[in-house]
Amino acid sequence: MHLTITHTTRYSYETPVHYALQKIRLIPRDTPQQRINDWKVQITGGNREVIYHDQHGNVTELMQIDPGATEVSITASGRVETRDTAGILGKVYGSIPLWLYLQESKLTKPGDGIREIAATLEAAQDKLTGLHDMSARIAEAVKYGSGQTYAETTAEEALKGGKGVCQDHAQIFISAARAAGIPARYVSGYLMMPDRVEQSATHAWAEAHLDTLGWVGFDVSNAQSPDEHYVNVATGRDYLDAAPISGLRQGSGDESMIVSLQVQQ
Amino acid sequence: MVGENKFFDEMSGHNGTVRDAYAAYHDWFAEQDAERLTKKSQDAETFFRRTGITFNVYGQSEAQERLIPFDLVPRILAQREWTKLAKGIEQRVAAINAFLHDIYNRQEILRAGRVPKHLIAGNEAFLPQMLGFSPPGQVYTHIVGTDIVRTGEGDFFVLEDNARTPSGVSYMLENRETMLQMFPELFAKIKVQPVSDYPKNLRRSLAACAPSSAGSKPTIAVLTPGIYNSAYFEHSFLADQMGAELVEGHDLRVVDGHIAMRTTQGYKRIDVIYRRIDDDFLDPLTFNPESMLGVPGIMDVYRAGNITIANAPGAGIADDKAIYSYMPDIVEFYTGEKAILKNVETWRCGEPGALQYVLDNLKDLVVKEVHGSGGYGMLVGPAASKKELATFAEKLKAKPGNYIAQPTLSLSTVPIFTESELAPRHVDLRPFVLVSPQGINIVPGGLTRVALAKGSLVVNSSQGGGTKDTWVLED
Amino acid sequence: MLGKTAGGLYWMFRYLERTENIARLIEAGFRIALTRSTDAESEWKSVVTTSGVSAGYAAKYDNYTSTNVVDYLLRDTSNPSSVISVTGAARDNARLVRTALTTEVWEAVNETWMTLTELLANPVRETELPSVLNTIRQQSALVRGALHGTMLRNDIYDFSRIGTFIERADNTARIIDVKYYTLLPNTSFVGSSLDNVQWETVLRSVSAHRSFRWLGESEMTASGIADFLILDRRLPRSLSFCISQIVSNLDYLAEDYGERHACHEMAEKIQSRLKNRDIESIFDEGLHEFITAFIRDINSLGQQIESDFRFGG
Repeated sequence: MHLTITHTTRYSYETPVHYALQKIRLIPRDTPQQRINDWKVQITGGNREVIYHDQHGNVTELMQIDPGATEVSITASGRVETRDTAGILGKVYGSIPLWLYLQESKLTKPGDGIREIAATLEAAQDKLTGLHDMSARIAEAVKYGSGQTYAETTAEEALKGGKGVCQDHAQIFISAARAAGIPARYVSGYLMMPDRVEQSATHAWAEAHLDTLGWVGFDVSNAQSPDEHYVNVATGRDYLDAAPISGLRQGSGDESMIVSLQVQQ
Repeated sequence: MVGENKFFDEMSGHNGTVRDAYAAYHDWFAEQDAERLTKKSQDAETFFRRTGITFNVYGQSEAQERLIPFDLVPRILAQREWTKLAKGIEQRVAAINAFLHDIYNRQEILRAGRVPKHLIAGNEAFLPQMLGFSPPGQVYTHIVGTDIVRTGEGDFFVLEDNARTPSGVSYMLENRETMLQMFPELFAKIKVQPVSDYPKNLRRSLAACAPSSAGSKPTIAVLTPGIYNSAYFEHSFLADQMGAELVEGHDLRVVDGHIAMRTTQGYKRIDVIYRRIDDDFLDPLTFNPESMLGVPGIMDVYRAGNITIANAPGAGIADDKAIYSYMPDIVEFYTGEKAILKNVETWRCGEPGALQYVLDNLKDLVVKEVHGSGGYGMLVGPAASKKELATFAEKLKAKPGNYIAQPTLSLSTVPIFTESELAPRHVDLRPFVLVSPQGINIVPGGLTRVALAKGSLVVNSSQGGGTKDTWVLED
Repeated sequence: MLGKTAGGLYWMFRYLERTENIARLIEAGFRIALTRSTDAESEWKSVVTTSGVSAGYAAKYDNYTSTNVVDYLLRDTSNPSSVISVTGAARDNARLVRTALTTEVWEAVNETWMTLTELLANPVRETELPSVLNTIRQQSALVRGALHGTMLRNDIYDFSRIGTFIERADNTARIIDVKYYTLLPNTSFVGSSLDNVQWETVLRSVSAHRSFRWLGESEMTASGIADFLILDRRLPRSLSFCISQIVSNLDYLAEDYGERHACHEMAEKIQSRLKNRDIESIFDEGLHEFITAFIRDINSLGQQIESDFRFGG
């Protein structure tokens, strides 16, 4: 499937910026599931300082917002050719050893709730089925909805709250899979909902690693494995590793952010 | 000094006969007037205080500044002793760098099963942010302070590999300077290898590790947490001696893809940062977001290859106490040779059998926490009460994997000057090692720390330790 | 040079200058207290006002006795402008800029701090006060001597000097400001003994009582003293002298860096208001207005220098 994507994030600052940096992970790479055809990230109101591959292999840019700016916009756009592999990315590895994806991270430290889910997975005979079952169980336990969780809500907190967004679903899944001894990681990217051009937000899902298949994706929020409607942009141990944009700003004053995302065939 | 020494004394061995290295000094000392030496000793203290060679200690209400006591009797090593020691240190430091590069890249040593994965996996000193990256020049530990202890004529052991930011080199340099001023005649009589090249060598070594984008004269800066840090004197001393700028986090920012410092004429690019702040505080954008000491974005600039950070973030995994016990294997794995320098015998309490042995012999052992440093969470068996032993045994049983145990070492002694006579006190030695693509350079000597209290084995300056000038004789 | 280093030098020398100025103010106040005990209270009050610490002082004490004022100005760590606080601040700044200082300057500052912390560890008895004040001034002279004798005449020196003269100009202007009414011509008590004492105090506050007499050019009159303190370029604490030093050090920086900033223009403007001026025209303008404006301008100049040479973020 050919997807055309335009993803704009616009920040407005109440007072002119003195010094601020943004770390941007918005450049997808070729994988067995996707091929990137011309992709670019355009910045207005800021300056690209460096570009490099981080430890997860994500193409990462560091941007400095122009001093005195009150607005900055970052637009990632391009065309991606995707392929339905039944959610299987396969045995594709970077510099991170698999055992690192078994480690707890800040947002995926399990508590009692997650351990209980993990116990069921651990008992499952067939891990692939077990993972699908777990995905359904998490979607059941945590209803999709915004407002209850925020960027730094942990997996366990989200599970307790019973309501969350794709980030929470993915992190609960990851946390439980790891607790059950299965390497798992966070994926941030795009999903084309077939009935619309204007997508509401960027998407997130999880990948688990099975010795037999390699990496397999699970989109808890949509009760499916990623297919040709998905574009993988960045991966990490949790949201903090893979966040599309994360920043730091000196000085005071509020900021606001508007995201617009169009994905179409 | 005649008679049996329970511990190996570096001046008089075990039997009271003056050893060769100390012969000339011993003769000189015999002719000295005790009152004059006492006066010299007081002069040295006044000199240290006036020049501000102090370290900060935080008391109840406000920061105090203290002197590290200086003893005027030098610790003396013969050239041949030093040569052997230096060779062993060089081998070990080379292995540490190879280990770090491997751990942050292909992890062959884990695949080969020579070091257990879990020691790395659960270790806070291991930084995933360093994976799949090679620092400029492939150097991780630009400066190492290898702590050496001695128990007999030829028995040297490595106690610790300080691969993060070893401190104390300023005391090594100032101690020599003080000795030269106090006893110039002594240096005319006895040929001692100089240490004063260290700052120049440090500068050269750091410059050789600059990113390829730096010009022929890379700009070097020393990054300090600020004037209230306990080692601030050393930071400013080294910057001064190297002719490098002494910067704090808020002097720096990202400019045109590089790290730059704010000068009176605008921002100026830096190529090499000798940082004296911990990994966690280095970059609030990548590590601890609360850090006010670091430089936001420096890790991004680092991974992009535009700055050298000395020592490399994540280098601390190499001096972890749990990894320490594997150092002989690590040396062999990367150099293909047996380790020249011995490790202190170490029991890993997490291993079956070891725990039982440690519990049975607790009163004779020193037990250390693997992820801790600085002597906290440590048990010194011979000095502990019954109750302390019992409490610690429970802690051990609850989490054996968190501890290692070592025998109480019979550290060698070197005499100190006490009012009118010489008295043996236990010592250790921290030589300073510089690493660059051009090679490994070890300054002849190092910092000798001495436990000033009679019988004490604790040489830490925060716990009543002092320092001595360390001499390596010329042949 | 790092902007922070320039800032550290500037503030280090402002603080060192301040210790000396406080000592001088206390000395002048103490003299009045000794010789004219009836005026002591109001004299001590004006010493506190001149030091710019009235609010802090009033929050702590409700009278102006010699014991309290002297203690507050010399030893009180809750007073950020006390000699003990300011000496500590000067030394902290010296530590900050240690790499820019010669060993001699650093040791002089460090010794000053060690000497004064010991000297001021306990309340100062009245009998000891003259010798304590003397030590403070001697220590300040020691640092100044080390600076002149050992430092290169480069930007490091320039920032040190600029800090000194901004502080000094501000201090002299404050002394005039607090006592301006005694310097006005034609007030009711012209020639009274009250005037003479007040004038002498003003002169002592800037260590100019001897030089004024020695120059002997004018009778001790209000306008003569005002002229001396404001316009006489032979007096190293006059406003005119201070601003001309600031201008010349700023000029050296411009030459060195090949760049002129807003502060250069600002300093020249302040200087132009003192140049080729006689004291009568200042009286015509209004001494009070003139001094108030000067204090405001010299402080804006300080801030402009901080920003032009990037002392802070």
